[in-house]
Amino acid sequence: MSVHTKKLIKNAYRITRDRDITALRIRVPGGHLPVEYFDIIKEVAQKYGNGTVHITTRQGFEVPGIPMEMVDKVNRLIAPILKGLEKDIGVQVNDEEIGYPAAGTRNVSGCIGNRVCPFANYDTTDLALKLERIIYPNDYHVKIAVSGCPNDCIKAHMQDIGVLGQVEPLYNPDRCISCGACVDNCHKRSTGALTMVNYRVERDEKRCLGCGECVLTCPNSAWTRGSNYYRVVIMGRTGKKNPRIARTFLEWVSEDTVLKVVANMYDYIEKHIDRRLPKEHVGYIVDRTGLNVFKDEVLKEAELDAKAKVAQFIDFGRYFYDRNQM
Amino acid sequence: MGYQMSTVEFNNVISKLLLDYRILAPVCLEGKGTFSGTDLVTYGDIERIQDVVFDRKTVYSAKEAVFPPSETMFYFTEEEFKQPSVDQKGILVFARPCDINAFKRLDAIYLESGPYPDPYYLQLREKLKFVLMECDHGFKNCFCASMGTNETSDFSLLVRSEGDQIFCLINDTGFEDLISESLASNSIRKVDLQPGFVQRNKTRLQIPDKLDNSLFSHPLWQEYASRCTGCGRCNFSCPTCSCFTMQDLFYRDNPSCGERRRVWASCMIEGYTEMAGGQEVRKTQGERMRFKVMHKFSDFKKRFGFHMCVGCGRCDDVCPEYISLPRCVQKLQEIKNGGVR
Ligand code: SF4
Ligand code: SF4
Ligand code: SF4
Ligand code: SF4
Ligand code: SF4
Repeated sequence: MSVHTKKLIKNAYRITRDRDITALRIRVPGGHLPVEYFDIIKEVAQKYGNGTVHITTRQGFEVPGIPMEMVDKVNRLIAPILKGLEKDIGVQVNDEEIGYPAAGTRNVSGCIGNRVCPFANYDTTDLALKLERIIYPNDYHVKIAVSGCPNDCIKAHMQDIGVLGQVEPLYNPDRCISCGACVDNCHKRSTGALTMVNYRVERDEKRCLGCGECVLTCPNSAWTRGSNYYRVVIMGRTGKKNPRIARTFLEWVSEDTVLKVVANMYDYIEKHIDRRLPKEHVGYIVDRTGLNVFKDEVLKEAELDAKAKVAQFIDFGRYFYDRNQM
Repeated sequence: MGYQMSTVEFNNVISKLLLDYRILAPVCLEGKGTFSGTDLVTYGDIERIQDVVFDRKTVYSAKEAVFPPSETMFYFTEEEFKQPSVDQKGILVFARPCDINAFKRLDAIYLESGPYPDPYYLQLREKLKFVLMECDHGFKNCFCASMGTNETSDFSLLVRSEGDQIFCLINDTGFEDLISESLASNSIRKVDLQPGFVQRNKTRLQIPDKLDNSLFSHPLWQEYASRCTGCGRCNFSCPTCSCFTMQDLFYRDNPSCGERRRVWASCMIEGYTEMAGGQEVRKTQGERMRFKVMHKFSDFKKRFGFHMCVGCGRCDDVCPEYISLPRCVQKLQEIKNGGVR
């Protein structure tokens, strides 16, 4: 059987352990799926696959057991998914009848965010869709995830780009009855950025994470939500070579800045990727160029407001599989 | 006398009123809700009738107009002290029947319970006049009809909003000329207008007529000990909770000057009954709940002849632990009837 494996993989199918059998990966940007698409996924699995789906860690569906010769038929069947979840949100899909146009840049995953979660500081799915529009389709191997707050339930710290929601808490002393609940809670759950001075609460802006816990805690709305901001953590990864958790690159930046930085990162990859390798993960490119080159290039034309903070250096720490065991 | 006019015309009325009054009404503060993507409906200053939220209940009550969460009583230096000056304008508050009736409770506490009326409360209360907002069918958790607070005649104006039309009833001789002074005479339309009051709520209570000490150690309260987190939201939203505590603070730059404030206190927050030496009368949230219920539905009435609670249901609306005060009272009644043990 003749199969152009590169084309197959780019089409979001894989080479599996079973000869001639492939598996399809369906993207669900932001991890929030209108249930009508279940019917299509079910049909693909029943008609062409082995009747099961795997729920992926990136919040997509992987449909295994598909004979490679069925790929064209499967692609036609999933056309409504490409239309509804990609084309209609503004992703450039030229022909939705021929399957996914790329697979390198992975599904943007997101925690459930403020559509449900009380801790969230923004609509994570909405941001995931905006990111998807910018980065997909693309062959570069990039993983992005967005969390509603620093609890980071989606594990954005394991991604190339992780986005965590921040909110600026605004204090109205006239509503504060000095109960101390916010101070106590910030110490216990977050960073200890609050102190009670003269029956009023003071916030150490340098320490504050923007988690919004104080807003959630205050029984009298003395703390309310100001503008939304984002923390961007970068170059976290798992894998065989030098896994590590992502570190903060930006804090208190706007949504526009997040989108700009991500768009710029693709130009950075384009410029610096080692083309002798079959693929090079962006984290390893940053390891080679150093943070400063990355920083200059991704922040090009990004408007940072006065609150924004940019990491001056990043120490990723060390973790090697083969050096920490006897 | 009742009048009908467009919202544009009614805004002329409001402009006229604003010359002499601060006008407070339910407003929607976008994005100011506790949770991201939610709004806060609460009392705020308005300048146009479109600012008023008619179809939702406020989280906090109108009591803030005369009993602010934090109020400076006086500023002091070594030798002297000075009371802050008070805005000369009157205060007009858009309020529903339960909220207007709540002021009768606050009046009892601040004006009638001691040998002298509380001067801080009095100076604002004297300025206060009500604009009645009717309730179509009440909201979730309201039980005003059970408390007899669903009706009131204590209002200067009634304002009803229907589409782009405003209906306004003048119920106060002081405002008799308001309409003729605000609108051109040929556009004045008189209509027959009667205030409508809710007669039934979904939540109905029968208040046990004798809530006595036999319930003091009933296991019912233990449930609340484990459920209530003692956050105080139920008190801060309540239009009849009136407790406060004193704060003397000394300015950091010059500790010989400072101010004395009074700020809201909550009987549900730990420390409320703490005395010098650290002894605390009520130690568990169950005991605190018991105190609150007894106060709202028994002890207050013994003193003033009517219940403290006006059945606005806010305490139920805002409790993050879904503790319902009316449900608690229903349980007490069931116990009295031999139901819940
Ligand atoms: S990361 Fe925050 S917002 Fe997202 S699900 Fe977890 S707690 Fe909620
Ligand atoms: S936002 Fe979070 S870290 Fe900042 S003060 Fe509030 S609770 Fe503390
Ligand atoms: S929780 Fe609210 S009322 Fe209590 S001290 Fe903090 S700001 Fe003040
Ligand atoms: S106790 Fe609850 S229902 Fe009664 S007046 Fe207070 S907030 Fe309203
Ligand atoms: S609002 Fe609920 S949890 Fe908070 S103090 Fe009141 S009853 Fe307890």
